[in-house]
Amino acid sequence: MEPTNIAVPDYFHKVVDCQWACPAHTPVPEYIRLIAAGRYGDAYMVNWKSNVFPGVLGRTCDRPCEPACRRGRVENEPVAICRLKRVAADFKEDISARLPRPHVHKNGKRIAFIGGGPASLTVARDLAPLGYECVVFDQDPQAGGMMRTQIPKFRLPEAVLDEEVGYVLGLGVELRRRGVDSLKALLAEGWDAVFVGSGAPRGRDLALPGRAEAAKNIHIGIDWLSSVSFGHVSKIGKRVIVLGGGNTAMDCCRSSRRLGGEDVRVVVRSGFDEMKASPWEKEDAQHEGIPIHNYLVPKEFTNDNGKLTGVIFEKVKAERDADGRRKLVPSGEPDQHIECDDVLVAVGQENAFPWIERDIGIEFDRSGMPKVDPVTMASTNPIVFFGGDAAFGPKNIIWAVAHGHEAAVSIDKMCSGEDIADRPLPAMDIMSQKMGIHEWSYDNDISPDKRYRVPLRDKVVALRDIKTEVELGYDVQLALKEAHRCLNCDVQTVFASQLCIECDACVDICPMDCITFTANAPEAELRTHLTAPSVNLTQDLYIADNLKTGRVMVKDEDVCLHCGLCAERCPTGAWDMQKYLIEMTHAGDSCKVAARSAA
Amino acid sequence: MTYLAKPKFHHPALPKNALGFTHRDYEGAISTLCAGCGHDSISAAIIEACFELDIAPHRVAKLSGIGCSSKTPTYFLGQSHGFNSVHGRMPSVLTGANLANRDLIYLGVSGDGDSASIGLGQFAHALRRGVNMVYVVENNGVYGLTKGQFSATADAGSKSKRGVVNTDHAIDLVAMALQLGATFVARSFSGDKAQLVPIIKAAIQHEGAAFIDVISPCVAFNNHTGSTKSFDYVREHNEAVNRLDVISPRTPITVAYQPGEVEIVEQHDGSKLALKKIAADYDAHDRLGAMTFLQSHAAKGQIVTGLLYVEPDPEDLHHHLNTVEAPLNTLGEKELCPGSAALDAINAGLR
Repeated sequence: MEPTNIAVPDYFHKVVDCQWACPAHTPVPEYIRLIAAGRYGDAYMVNWKSNVFPGVLGRTCDRPCEPACRRGRVENEPVAICRLKRVAADFKEDISARLPRPHVHKNGKRIAFIGGGPASLTVARDLAPLGYECVVFDQDPQAGGMMRTQIPKFRLPEAVLDEEVGYVLGLGVELRRRGVDSLKALLAEGWDAVFVGSGAPRGRDLALPGRAEAAKNIHIGIDWLSSVSFGHVSKIGKRVIVLGGGNTAMDCCRSSRRLGGEDVRVVVRSGFDEMKASPWEKEDAQHEGIPIHNYLVPKEFTNDNGKLTGVIFEKVKAERDADGRRKLVPSGEPDQHIECDDVLVAVGQENAFPWIERDIGIEFDRSGMPKVDPVTMASTNPIVFFGGDAAFGPKNIIWAVAHGHEAAVSIDKMCSGEDIADRPLPAMDIMSQKMGIHEWSYDNDISPDKRYRVPLRDKVVALRDIKTEVELGYDVQLALKEAHRCLNCDVQTVFASQLCIECDACVDICPMDCITFTANAPEAELRTHLTAPSVNLTQDLYIADNLKTGRVMVKDEDVCLHCGLCAERCPTGAWDMQKYLIEMTHAGDSCKVAARSAA
Repeated sequence: MTYLAKPKFHHPALPKNALGFTHRDYEGAISTLCAGCGHDSISAAIIEACFELDIAPHRVAKLSGIGCSSKTPTYFLGQSHGFNSVHGRMPSVLTGANLANRDLIYLGVSGDGDSASIGLGQFAHALRRGVNMVYVVENNGVYGLTKGQFSATADAGSKSKRGVVNTDHAIDLVAMALQLGATFVARSFSGDKAQLVPIIKAAIQHEGAAFIDVISPCVAFNNHTGSTKSFDYVREHNEAVNRLDVISPRTPITVAYQPGEVEIVEQHDGSKLALKKIAADYDAHDRLGAMTFLQSHAAKGQIVTGLLYVEPDPEDLHHHLNTVEAPLNTLGEKELCPGSAALDAINAGLR
């Protein structure tokens, strides 16, 4: 197997599983260390730079980082990364002085944004300080997009959203209340670039018998949530059925509980485990006394003279067909009728681009989605870019932010006359953490603690008012303890084979049996020769050659605790603990070829 | 050395032995020896050997004297019995313990100072009496605790870290062990666990006096050019005579060996050793031949390693003394004071 080239940023980036899994590649261990040090403002700024909405995401993120967290492979549960982000937002000092200022000299380039959600705001956040004139068009009176219309306030208080949307608008980004009904007309206004961040605004409906008759009490989930958010709806019937198993369904059922719903049920077609909702959102719903019924396919809305009376469900079971595909087949049991006063349909959402003319150079695929380059976020029209749910269908906020950063890089490069396909590598800041013989500038004493639960508000109080936030967040002490669970995966074990005397001290001390000295072989074979079984093939092997005995050093990165004991036990300093701070390239000088060649 | 305790987390797929233990369960306290010390590798090899042999930790007694090497029993088998004795007196304490309770596995851990200088007499007598034990000498050729003076096993002509040449002749503990009648004699190197672990396993299974000289470089005081106990020197001059596999009675022999290439040695306890020859003319059952081979290679500056001598059917001290099968510490007053009739019979026999 070839020796590892650790100069390639991706190698050590992958070892920081959380950061690698995060679409925006937020340097997670870096901000967790800052939280542990009580430097909440600094932790917030690391986040703000990377993901723009730390306070929002610290409450609502889909947290792809947590299933990736190495801690989850070492013990039962990952570090509560998401809720630690909230800690940074909750306890930070006033950071307004640390934000960029609106640029005094505009660069003359004008960018239009369609939709004021997280994707558009991210692009605008990146571009406005560079001198771009950014104008955001939204049909709603306030910016925020789905963060405002679809996420209930008991999960995301309005003040938190207002603050972070305000930071972006404060950079000189202009918000205009205007629905865009023709992209052609907008393009004719002579914008230098247009960013489409209009989301996936259309909730799917269920065309079942009785749908039309009982229409008054059947609502589309995301539209209903939006009406609730803007105060147009403040009541629902006592008995509510929510159809669908995604996060929107969870928000619908929990909102219903707060608007008069006493007997609220979620009904899903498939199994409980197959639901799309995040496990913690299901847990939160169940905690509020909402049962989730599974393997029930809605068949008909029943009504009594136009007044909804309930839903008839067919009972199904899951089976594997000959090809091993999972299929739902009727179980043969009699249908079930569940009575209710209202139904919320949350069975998915779709994109809708009736306002994009088909003759303006933007190509669409057969499913009606625009053709968007997944790296540059460019459409087939060179000045139109897409991001967020508008680009590839419904995802989540952190993906929208990630798309936004890339689109901003593209727009900045395009407006500077550069090739947008030339994507600069992330910046790497490498620093040895050695302070003394047994001293490191990070806490390498591995905490054995189990994951701490986030305290919740009393259920009775929480259910009384839809604007009362349920989660109280970690206090400073809990945050410190949880922060100590982080394994500091960005502090890398860096090996210098020319210093190694092959004394085996690192092999002997490694608590996870990560290190092996053996004869080189192809990867598949090498994995069978390691000190401990190498079971996780998604994790790389770190190979170093040029050892005196002709063997290679192999380190399986899989369950390394980054405790630094290999480096403490190394008599020659062949192992060192070095922090690899990897920062993604955002719009600005660092993404330009000219600036990089001058550096 | 490290100030932190080794984290309790372990690899999620770590193998378990017949007792349900992982090798981590055989560890002791964290080592306070210098970083990179060969002794720590030997501790790791002992841990691995005991793990692989499914040894219940409470059936092992670790005994040591004074010195860097003699500190190491703290760093392995934390659930076993331990006795840190007086300088050079480990063999006596071990002999006494063995006489009192023959059922335990005795692991004597000593160093070149403890065994070749102050304890040379003790070393010699324990071996010639055939005490059933594993006697490990962690041999680095210097007094590490007192900052690197030559020990009695330092080769004549080798240089200290400050460039002083050793003029005294070296004591070769392996040669002495062969001459004194040890029934299992081996030499290995802390930097070669593939060789060391099976040797320790075989020594534990051997029911007699087993002696292992393990060359263990002192990274602080004896790992420089001019030293004959440095990692580089030992690797360059290592003359392994054979490779050992210990075949556990639980697992059948799966490796097919060519005839003549491997000798299967059946030990007294039923376990088998697969002795894979490297030096074609070396016979591990020829005490005299071993001594000659050792001396002639030593004269060429070569370090002979491997299982150098094994007596498949050894006798031990208890056999010589004709003691009862039951450990003496389990005998009650009735057995120990059989009464005046028995005494009269003995006295009559002496008249």
